[in-house]
Amino acid sequence: MSSSGTLLTSAASSVSTATLLNDFSLQVATVNGSGSQSSNLVLLRTLFQMGIPISGKNLFPSNIAGLPTWYTIRASKHGYVARKKEIDFLVALNAETAREDVLALEPGASVLYDEPLALAKLRADLTYYSLPFDKLVTPVCPQAKLRKLVRNMIYVGAVAHLVGMEMPEVERALQRQFAKKKKAADLNWGAIQAGYDYAREHYPQPDRCQLRRMQATQGKIVIEGNAAAALGCMFAGVTVLAWYPITPSSSLCEFLIDYLKKYRRTADGKATFAAVQAEDELSACGMVLGASWMGARAMTSTSGPGISLMSEFVGLGYYAEIPAVIFDVQRVGPSTGLPTRTAQGDVAFAAWLSHGDTRHIVLLPGTVEECYELGLAAFDLAERFQTPVFVLSDLDLAMNHWMADPFRYPEKPWDRGKILSADDLQRLQGDWGRYRDVDGDGISYRTIPGNEHAMASYFARGSGHNERGLYSEKPDDYTHNVDRLRRKWEGAREIVPQPVLEHEGKGEIGIIAYGSSHPAVMESLDQLRAEYGIEPSYLRLRAYPFAGAIAGFVRRHARVYVIDQNRDGQMHDLLLTDLGAELGARLHSIRHYNGLPVDARSLTDALRSQEHQTN
Amino acid sequence: MATTTTPPAAPKLNRLGLPQADYRGSKTTLCAGCGHNAISERIVDACFEMGVDPVHFLKLSGIGCSSKTPAYFVGRSFGFNSVHGRMPSVATGAVLANRSMHALGVSGDGDTASIGLGQFIHLMRRNLRLVYIIEDNGVYGLTKGQFSATADIGSVQKSGVVNEMPPLDTCSLAILSGATFVARSFSGDKKQLLTILKAALAHNGTVMIDVISPCVTFNDHEGSTKSYKYVLDHEEALQEVSFVPYYEDIAIDYDPGTTADVEMHDGSHLRLRKLAHDFDPSNAQQALKVLGEAHTSGEVLTGVFYIDTKKPNFVQQLDLVDEPLAFLPLDQVRPPRSVLDEVMASLA
Repeated sequence: MSSSGTLLTSAASSVSTATLLNDFSLQVATVNGSGSQSSNLVLLRTLFQMGIPISGKNLFPSNIAGLPTWYTIRASKHGYVARKKEIDFLVALNAETAREDVLALEPGASVLYDEPLALAKLRADLTYYSLPFDKLVTPVCPQAKLRKLVRNMIYVGAVAHLVGMEMPEVERALQRQFAKKKKAADLNWGAIQAGYDYAREHYPQPDRCQLRRMQATQGKIVIEGNAAAALGCMFAGVTVLAWYPITPSSSLCEFLIDYLKKYRRTADGKATFAAVQAEDELSACGMVLGASWMGARAMTSTSGPGISLMSEFVGLGYYAEIPAVIFDVQRVGPSTGLPTRTAQGDVAFAAWLSHGDTRHIVLLPGTVEECYELGLAAFDLAERFQTPVFVLSDLDLAMNHWMADPFRYPEKPWDRGKILSADDLQRLQGDWGRYRDVDGDGISYRTIPGNEHAMASYFARGSGHNERGLYSEKPDDYTHNVDRLRRKWEGAREIVPQPVLEHEGKGEIGIIAYGSSHPAVMESLDQLRAEYGIEPSYLRLRAYPFAGAIAGFVRRHARVYVIDQNRDGQMHDLLLTDLGAELGARLHSIRHYNGLPVDARSLTDALRSQEHQTN
Repeated sequence: MATTTTPPAAPKLNRLGLPQADYRGSKTTLCAGCGHNAISERIVDACFEMGVDPVHFLKLSGIGCSSKTPAYFVGRSFGFNSVHGRMPSVATGAVLANRSMHALGVSGDGDTASIGLGQFIHLMRRNLRLVYIIEDNGVYGLTKGQFSATADIGSVQKSGVVNEMPPLDTCSLAILSGATFVARSFSGDKKQLLTILKAALAHNGTVMIDVISPCVTFNDHEGSTKSYKYVLDHEEALQEVSFVPYYEDIAIDYDPGTTADVEMHDGSHLRLRKLAHDFDPSNAQQALKVLGEAHTSGEVLTGVFYIDTKKPNFVQQLDLVDEPLAFLPLDQVRPPRSVLDEVMASLA
């Protein structure tokens, strides 16, 4: 990946050679479609099995095959799992980007490359390892057509030697990767050994980046956010899912369908779920509303362009008060924007999506555990508040590999909200109103179609109805209705997942962040303390509408930096609107929006620089 | 005027013991004489005569004059007035959630053939068990008379504007898209429409009925090809349609030489007595040909064009449990703790 690539010509002598023990980032630059993901996962798993905290990030193009792709593995003895801005070890296998990739490195970094690329002449301040990939792969893979795939395992072996991976763990990781394909495993193991042997013979010195076994991953799992969210949906009891493929959300429904096929069939093989690949996102959302109206737990997942298309249905769902769970796995802008790059760009859009006066419940998972837990919670909230609920994930959280504690089995039964059965209606002697506020919380009672009581049925439509659900265009009926909807939403503030005070600092600075920015903020807190002696407090948001605790946090701090992964500081603006001008004046905005996951260094620099301007 | 004073007869009850009044809805707000009102009446009749249980009946619609009508029939059942052109998706979700429901969707020619064309075609592909009715008048009524995509070339608006775009034939589209019961009728043809609707309620898949339904306000004048006069002058029935529900005696004679007997999945019989054409309702290609010829000659051809009683419906294709998904208890939809443990172990 290229940032501003200035040619560095510092002398080799000035380069730091201090060992980076269990604390470096390794980036593999290959060509999309070359099968390098298997190799990268073997590396990632090996580190994990050696007990070293890891994260794995895939930076890939909108392309099937042929364009550049990068996979970055970070090893961090401190447990930092955000993207690290600097690359310490580069595996350069893509001729197209190799030059730029090498020029972007910090002095002292290491480069393993395919011999014909001849990268060593580019800079003198790097450590180079040149391997003849083609020569090495030929003897271990006699079948020419498989070589392209097996070739990538050469670097696994070479890296394993150079950074000190335990070979039995490499082999175990490989076996896992090719669990049921012994032939493939054997072939790839041959390539790993060839790389290992060549590196050991030609580069006996250990690299600056080194690994040593730790005990920090025991009991942990490695999972992608989309798989975690899918598990949340399954254990929430989803019965209808409708979706339309869109990166980076497709794998959420694909994981979910895989899980459901495996775990949600009856003894005679019948499905307790219906999964439909719809013709578009409008249809997917319509199916969810239709199913939810009928009393099923229904969901869809999509990304920004998808919620654009769903916006009309979401408005109807809001006004007709139909539960729905919509995952928005955010990415950068339009389909011809940077569709495979990460962003938190739909925050303001989702919060108020659709026509008229609409305000939604938006959940903001910050970890893969929360993709699972807030995924579960979303169904309860959607039914409790009888309204569409968004879960805003993003590409970084959803498609990258994260370490996590095993997920907790839900202890509570589900919350189906206010539903009147035929018996309830009997007791009420049929006197009820679909849109009547009986309890003063704005949430009315609903009946499920199929309810056999003679007074059970109602006609679902938008806001043109009175509290009995009968068609009305009377001014008072309309205002009563939309005021109740607002009351309902206000009541969600203290019910939605509450913000988490992740760190109680010292002094007058606060940080507010959400979603996938969380790991970078945690690391940045350490940098700010160690490098500048600043100890901000950090409040992590988990939902919109905002809980009262958020205003309390802002009140306790003179300056609060709101971190957004979008250009305009969308969460900053939502907070400003919510808190009002006086308290809002304490808010400052830090924005990261280049399509890459946010890193701690960028946050630290941005906060430091704004503090300078303030003081 | 008759002067006899016999006491009023007790209302006729259907096989569920319900009077026809139980199948009515609220008072229509459409124009007097609107074809759509006649269709609502036929739906009331069909549901009453077939003994449809209002509790297990759903009525859905999109947006437009046509889509207001579900409020005017079977008032005891649940209804959903959704968004423009997207009723098929709402119906799909609803039927998947509760397979025990009889669902009937009402759309218009604007709602179906323009904004909703994508969902319409995909609905036909899936063969969801749904009766889909297009109340087809060739114009957008609620927005004051613009042409829709089913308006014929040369049809004239009240203001004198002449339609220059070719119409879409929803029946041909439905057949091409995989629909399993495709028919056209006329709101003014009580008997044929009622018979087709009754057969539709017995069908195990998507039924697509295009009902020519004149708009008395915007499209009932000289020069319109969707006016009462034009349709009455040009209607040609493909068959004489009769229907024998499964719970009635089917020992009625018919001549296999002139009548096609279609046994439906529930044992009902749809009988199509051939009129002018020698027509096989299981032959999609022939149906398309006949529809094309009628279009060329300017006829309004009505009848059942295509029926396939064998194709599994969408719920059957998905192999769902018998019990409605919406009513499955928690222990059937939340896998046990051991499953989470198993998944977690696989990720460790």
